[in-house]
Amino acid sequence: MTLLIGSLTIGLILSLLAFGILISFRVVVFEDLTVDGSLALGGATAAALVIGGWHPVAATLLGAFASGVAGICTGTLHHGFGINRLLSGILVMTALYSVNLRVMGKSNIPLMHERTVMSYADWLSDALFGTTSVINVFGWEAVGRDIAGLLLALLLTLVIGITLYIFFRTNLGVAMLAVGDNSRMIRALGVNVGFLTTAALFVANGLIGLAGALMAQYQGFADIQMGIGMLVWGVASVILGESLVQSNKIGLLIAGAVMGSVLFRLLVAIALRWGLNPNDLKLITALAVFAALVLPRYLSQVTQFFRRLSDAADLRRS
Amino acid sequence: MLQISDVRKTFFPRTPNEVRALQGVSATIPKGTWLSVIGTNGSGKSSLLNAVAGSFIVDSGAIRINDQEVTKLPEHRRARWIGRVFQDPFSGTAPTMTIAENMALAVRRGKVRGLGLALSTAQRRDFRDRVAAMGLGLEDRLDNPIGTLSGGQRQSLTLLMAVLKKPDLLLLDEHTAALDPKSADQVISLTKQFIERDSLTTLMVTHSMQQAASLGDQLIMMDQGRIIHTLEGDAKTRAMPADLLAKFEAVRQSKQLDRSAAEVLQSQYV
Repeated sequence: MTLLIGSLTIGLILSLLAFGILISFRVVVFEDLTVDGSLALGGATAAALVIGGWHPVAATLLGAFASGVAGICTGTLHHGFGINRLLSGILVMTALYSVNLRVMGKSNIPLMHERTVMSYADWLSDALFGTTSVINVFGWEAVGRDIAGLLLALLLTLVIGITLYIFFRTNLGVAMLAVGDNSRMIRALGVNVGFLTTAALFVANGLIGLAGALMAQYQGFADIQMGIGMLVWGVASVILGESLVQSNKIGLLIAGAVMGSVLFRLLVAIALRWGLNPNDLKLITALAVFAALVLPRYLSQVTQFFRRLSDAADLRRS
Repeated sequence: MLQISDVRKTFFPRTPNEVRALQGVSATIPKGTWLSVIGTNGSGKSSLLNAVAGSFIVDSGAIRINDQEVTKLPEHRRARWIGRVFQDPFSGTAPTMTIAENMALAVRRGKVRGLGLALSTAQRRDFRDRVAAMGLGLEDRLDNPIGTLSGGQRQSLTLLMAVLKKPDLLLLDEHTAALDPKSADQVISLTKQFIERDSLTTLMVTHSMQQAASLGDQLIMMDQGRIIHTLEGDAKTRAMPADLLAKFEAVRQSKQLDRSAAEVLQSQYV
C-alpha cells in the first residue's frame, strides 16, 4: 500500500515534468534538451532556499522560476544566436551542472528535518485523520502523511492541468499551438515566433523545475544527479499518454500526460518490486521509449498485412 | 498605398550560387487597385512579393505601405497591414487546429494576443456565417481539423482568413498554381468576390496568362529581376493572353540573340 501511494504521488509530481515536455516537444515542437539540467536546478534552488530559511512555498516557486529562466536561455541561444535547437539545449544543460553545484554548494542537500511543502501534508493529515502516522483505509494500513501528500499532489496536478487547458483556449495559447503546427502561417499573421517559442520554453522548464522542487522535498533531499534521465522519462510519459488517449486535441493530451506519467511510474514500481535491478532502470526506460516509438508503426503494418490477406480471401470467394 | 522604389536583392552574394533576384524594381499600387505580376520561373516575381511581405529584408531601396516605411520591419510586424495567401495550400492554415481556431488566429492578425478566450459564441456565429457565404458547405465542420480538408478547401479558407480582418494590402502568391482546375476556378471567383466587395489593394503574382489578362487593373511583366513591361488602363483591359505570350516570346528571342552575340564577341576577342 505504501508502495502504491508513493508511486502515485511521484507519478503525479512527475506529470508536471510531462506537461513541460508536452509544451516544448509537442506544442511548439522544440526538441528541448535542457530538461535534465532544469529539473535538477528546480530541486537545487528550492533545497538551498529551504535550508536558508525561506518559506517552502516561496522556495518552490523560485526553484520553478530559475528553471524557467534556463528555458529562456535555451530559447535565446536558438532564436537570438541561431544555434541549433539540440545544441542550445545541450549547452544550457551542461552549464546547469556547474550552476546546480554552485547553488547547492555541495552535491547533495538533505531536507529530512527541514520545514518543506511536505509540512502541508502533515497538517492536512492531522486535519483529516487526526494523526500523521498509520491509519486504516478500507482495511489497508497506510500512513496518513503519505495519503495527504497524494491528495495534495493530485490537487496541484489538477489545478495546473486545468490552467494549461484554459490557457490553450486563449488568444495567446491558440497562437502558441499554431507556432508548432504551422510557423510560417502564424508569422504571416503577426506573431513573433522566436519570442513565443522562448516564452513556451519558459513555461515548460518552469513546470519541469516545479516538478524538481517538489520531488526534492517529497523524497527529502536534493541531489546533483536527480535530473539524469528525466528527459526520457518525461518523453515516455507523454508518448504513453498519447497512445492512451489516441488524439491530438490539447485537452486530451494534457490528461494523457498525467495518465502516462502515473502509469509509467506504477509500471516501474512493479518492475522494481519483481526484482528489477535499479541500476538497469534507465536502460529499461530507454528501451520502453524505443518500443513505444517503433511498435505502433509495426503493429499497423501487421494489421494491414492481415487486412490485405482477408481482402484477398474475399476476392477469391466472390 | 504600396510604394516600391528601386528595390534590390541578391541571394548568396559573392558565391557561385549568387542569384540577383531583384535588380532595381519600382512599382506603385494606388489604393483599391489590383496589380498582377507575371514572369517566367526565376524572373523575380515571387521575390518581389516576398520582399513586400518581409520574408527577407532587401539590400537597398524602400518599401512603403500606407505611407509607412516598412523596409526594415520583420515579417511579423508587417502583418498588421498584410493579408497573405501562399502558393502551397498547406502553408496558410494550421492543420491540426480546427477551422474555427484558424479563423480566430486570423481575426487577430497583427493585434496583441492576450489571455482573452479565443472563441466566443458570438464570434463562432460570425465565422459560421462567413464560411457559409463561401458556399463550400464547410459551415457544419467548424470544429474539424483543417488538415482533413482538401487543398482547394484549405486555400479558400486561407483566402477567407486573409481578408477576415480587412487588410490594407492583399498578397496572393500564385495561389491557384497547386490546385486542380475546378478548385482553381472556385478560388479565383472567391478572390474576385472578396477584392471587389472590400475594394482591396492587391498584389497578385500569377503563372497563368489567362488570369493575368482577365483579372486586375494593372499588369507588370518581369524578367531577370527587372520589370520589362507595364500595362494599365485601357491597354490592360484590352490585353489578351495571346498578346502576353507574344511579349514573352519576344523577350526570349532577344535574350537568345544576346547570348549568341556574346559568343561571337568572345570567340573574336578573348
